[in-house]
Amino acid sequence: MDSELRELYQQVILDHNKSPRNFKKLENANFEAEGYNPLCGDRIDIFLVVEDDIIKDISFQGSGCAISKASASLMTHMLKGKSRKEAEELFVKFHDLITGKLGDNPSLDELGKLAVFAGVKEFPARVKCASLAWHTMHSALNKEEKVISTE
Amino acid sequence: MKSGIINKTIYDVDKIRKDFPILESMIHGKPLCYLDNAATTQKPKSVIASDVNYYTHLNSNIHRGVHSLSEAATKAYEDARIRVQKFINASSEKEIIFTRGTTESINLVAQTLGRSILKEGDEIIISTMEHHSNIVPWQLIAAEKKAKIKIIPIIDKGDLILDEYRKLLSPKTKIVSVVYVSNSLGTINDVETIISLAHKQNIPVLLDAAQAVNHLPVDVQKLDCDFLAFSGHKLYGPTGIGVLYGKSHYLESMPPYQGGGDMISKVTFEETTFNSLPYKFEAGTSNIAGTIGLGAAIDYVNTIGINNIAAYEHKLLEYATEELLKINGLRIIGQSDNKCSLISFVLDNIHPHDVGTFLDFEGIAIRTGHHCTQPLMDRFGVPATSRASFGLYNTKYEVDILAAGIKKIIEVFK
Ligand SMILES: Cc1ncc(COP(=O)(O)O)c(C=O)c1O
Repeated sequence: MDSELRELYQQVILDHNKSPRNFKKLENANFEAEGYNPLCGDRIDIFLVVEDDIIKDISFQGSGCAISKASASLMTHMLKGKSRKEAEELFVKFHDLITGKLGDNPSLDELGKLAVFAGVKEFPARVKCASLAWHTMHSALNKEEKVISTE
Repeated sequence: MKSGIINKTIYDVDKIRKDFPILESMIHGKPLCYLDNAATTQKPKSVIASDVNYYTHLNSNIHRGVHSLSEAATKAYEDARIRVQKFINASSEKEIIFTRGTTESINLVAQTLGRSILKEGDEIIISTMEHHSNIVPWQLIAAEKKAKIKIIPIIDKGDLILDEYRKLLSPKTKIVSVVYVSNSLGTINDVETIISLAHKQNIPVLLDAAQAVNHLPVDVQKLDCDFLAFSGHKLYGPTGIGVLYGKSHYLESMPPYQGGGDMISKVTFEETTFNSLPYKFEAGTSNIAGTIGLGAAIDYVNTIGINNIAAYEHKLLEYATEELLKINGLRIIGQSDNKCSLISFVLDNIHPHDVGTFLDFEGIAIRTGHHCTQPLMDRFGVPATSRASFGLYNTKYEVDILAAGIKKIIEVFK
């Protein structure tokens, strides 16, 4: 396989595509949003349980390409236990990574496992795929909190 | 193989390929394998040369000057109209209107004929397999006029259910607008039946022929369609130029589309008399170079012969269908017995977007997505498909490259 292509489709991404983590609906979610990419028809739902500003639980559902599915899967994995502020900061950092704004040798410590998406910057058409879950998470957190019925 | 040799003398694809400079490109170090012809076709040297020649030797505005250049440009422009007329066998060149493309042609009819005849409660019939450009223009005018849109359903194989169409036709039906050849499924619709049924009730029929004129001989008089729309860029011609054919009695009765220069015969501040056909519908300076380029494209297609192209592409489609169906986990969406040379497919557990990116690294250009036919994707329960569409220069060897590329992806995603 071509090296650029291998960079994009790293084994971690292929694994998460095949067996996505946190791929379910959270019935007790107090924040959720639907994301849609009209270009390719990808749809994603993000569910969050936020208590005292901390993301206690997060999950997703939907259909999409390997990049978008793996990105959603890894995002949910990374965000569990983080504060809202940390989540938003990570989104900015992640977005800079996939759009090539971090330069050629970025410090990837904070990004952890998300570093596998560094290859996306060579594929401008795929940036939307990698960022869809994050945009949806962002919009969920900035929506009004859902009143969870206790009945 | 004897038959192979005979075919080669009739249809020399290697020679044809030499007419298309872009086919020599390398993509990611691999020779370009261009299988996205339903999106747009590549241009032969003669079409490229036509553009250069126009701007080098003819450039000037048409229908306006008495000077030599303007006369020469006007002649070249009007010659292209006659080429189009002959190509689709219209009875008069007055019935050929130049537009920006299929999309504008359909919008023109919706905004002029649609606006003048539709009333509240009237109905427009389209089909499940329409391109967005044959859905949205009707939605816009239907919303304005409180008219309704009725949809001809399809079977899983990808054919329209004509019995249901029959039931949809009623005194409320004012326009039928259907795609001749589906850009997502490849289905060649039985437009003759669609037209004759509509005509029994004097309902005009528009055919979206964007994917037809480049694959089939099209004769508007034989079809008896009332309108026919197509784009130059899918017929090996330039972008930004298209055609609306309309029967003259309809065109005469329709109000103008846009106002401006060229479409008038007399203007005062109180009143304007509109120009005669076809100029009534060609306001402003048109895409002169593009129109002349379309004429060159038609010349090119004629030298090979549309019947020869159709026969060659049909064989290629049969071969490609056979080869792709051998691949485990590949499903073809659109399996009509009457198809043009394109194949939409989905792979088990692999998204079309990933397919598109992988094939690009093999030098293969295909389209992935909903192909501007989202309602059709919903009908088949898929968000998107991968589509390989063939043109007059594609080869069996390219089909083999495609099949090998797909097998490689399946291996990686295992
Ligand atoms: C069936 C069909 N109709 C309409 C169109 C729109 O053509 P254009 O974008 O050239 O106006 C296309 C091209 O994508 C098509 O395939």
